[in-house]
Amino acid sequence: MAVGTARGRTTILGRFVGRPAGRLFAHFLKESGTAAGIIVWIGIGIVLAIIVMAIFAPFLAPFDPNTKVADPETAPGGRFVMGVDRSGQDVLSRIIWGARIPLAIIAVATTISLAIGLPIGLLSGFVGGRLDRILVLVMDSIYAFPGLLLAIVIAAIIGRGILNISVAIAIVYIPTYFRIIRNHVAAVKQEPYVEAAIALGMPRRRIILRYVLPNVAQSIPVIFSVNAADSVLTEAGLTFLGLGLPPGIPDWGFDISLNWQRFEASWWATFYPGLFILILTTALTFVGEGLNDILNPLLRKKDFKAKVEA
Amino acid sequence: MESKGLSVTFDTPDGPVHAVTDVDLTIEKGTTVGLVGESGCGKSTLGRAILRLLPENARISGTVRFDGIDLSTRSPKEMRDLRGRNIAMIFQDPMTRLNPLMRIRDHFIETIQAHDPGVTTDEAVSRALRVLADVRVPADRMNMYPHELSGGMRQRIMIALCLLFKPALLIADEPTTALDVILEAQILQLLQSIMHGYNMAVLLITHNLGLVAEFADRVAVMYAGRIAEEGATVPLFREPYHPYTQGLLRSVIDLDTTKLYSVPGAPPSLLGDSVGCPFYPRCEKRMAVCETVFPEIRPVGEDRRKVACHLY
Repeated sequence: MAVGTARGRTTILGRFVGRPAGRLFAHFLKESGTAAGIIVWIGIGIVLAIIVMAIFAPFLAPFDPNTKVADPETAPGGRFVMGVDRSGQDVLSRIIWGARIPLAIIAVATTISLAIGLPIGLLSGFVGGRLDRILVLVMDSIYAFPGLLLAIVIAAIIGRGILNISVAIAIVYIPTYFRIIRNHVAAVKQEPYVEAAIALGMPRRRIILRYVLPNVAQSIPVIFSVNAADSVLTEAGLTFLGLGLPPGIPDWGFDISLNWQRFEASWWATFYPGLFILILTTALTFVGEGLNDILNPLLRKKDFKAKVEA
Repeated sequence: MESKGLSVTFDTPDGPVHAVTDVDLTIEKGTTVGLVGESGCGKSTLGRAILRLLPENARISGTVRFDGIDLSTRSPKEMRDLRGRNIAMIFQDPMTRLNPLMRIRDHFIETIQAHDPGVTTDEAVSRALRVLADVRVPADRMNMYPHELSGGMRQRIMIALCLLFKPALLIADEPTTALDVILEAQILQLLQSIMHGYNMAVLLITHNLGLVAEFADRVAVMYAGRIAEEGATVPLFREPYHPYTQGLLRSVIDLDTTKLYSVPGAPPSLLGDSVGCPFYPRCEKRMAVCETVFPEIRPVGEDRRKVACHLY
């Protein structure tokens, strides 16, 4: 059963992704009036806004994030839009500066998991046999582990720091890339055009890179955005537990862990960092879910048109 | 190309499946051999076995000699270089045989550079254009994606890809089954003119006896993984010896047909070992001996005809 659906889908999706980037973008714009299109654009807009905020933090933040600027736990209002935390630091400034850490970690962690998960997924799915069975076993055992727990263990072993957290998070997400890519490759490998390429004497490496990889690439953006959203939460969780960054670096997760015990006295110092984690995560999820929704119906429509023309 | 005792067995969870058994087949330079038989009789498997294009659970035994070289002794790398260069294969379903994400030109560039890594892109394109002219595909199709082309156009492009290196043998696995009648005729005429132009041998795998009658010099009829009868096309069609060939030829529909004939029964399962003639249960001329003794294929009559039947 899987063969039939997988076959139809990859060719349909394949046609879409095969278009030059400009045409892909045009199709994307056409879909922007639909519910899924609006969701994607909202997601992209929010993520871009947070990126801009992080880049221009020195100009946007009204105060230095690590300096005592007022009496501790001053309520929001006046010069302190989001109030002041228990150390007397401005919450808004810390939120603006604190956007840098989750974004950096998303970038590094997803790059590492993609850079490892994609090639081994390709290889495992294409080569099959014993190598595939071993890799699937290893990846499934990582996958079976609760993500945050695994990240805690890895972070505890390799220590603090942005890179170390990213590595811990990356390891958690490698199996996600691996599984999806590997299964997709196993389906694409059966495609008649792959057999035809082999019959024309194409070497294995070229088949993987030119025939298989482009046809599975459309899975990547969706996994990417979902994983990015998840890694923000994992990072916040690690920092909250004290396994994240060294003190002194403004970070949303860190601020929550610093202030949550004083929630009743100064709710704003916990609430606003939490709100921003929620906003970024939701925006990334919007991008992922929206992409998923757009790709499918659009492509089905295209395929129908192609059939009528043929 | 010459195969001796070529057998292919698939290991399945239910046991070994003998898809092709003891096939001796010779295709001489510049000739066309038609390979006919029912669906599932092992025709396509035989074609793929020559190129060793079979899944991992397939076991191949016997020898295939090509241009005097025993292919079974060649390494996977040598085999890969041979595919597309010396032996090429075209398939039944041209709609799905081209990578949907690659322009036609890239298919040519990839194929040429896979065999001759030193060839520049420009050289590859000009070589592709020469072959495209041979298969009568307009040059502007080079920049298109497969889905922008019709089935007939795609099959021409597949043929052009196969012709790039002027292979000595072309295996055509039901090359026109997915096309309509007019295209079928066009593609076959094209194949024939190319065959003469390139002096290629062709193994034409099909269940269409009409095609074979028109295009093949010799015919091999396959049944249950074995060659039942083999001979020069015209005498074989005029006077088929094997009861299965007779049944197959009677099944062809013509204008005078008022009642459709079909060979009664269904082909036997190829799972596990069997005794006796595989056609025994369906044969109209069966004898006691057929049930227990397997009929070896042996020369009968003229034109190097060979038949596997106890009647002769």
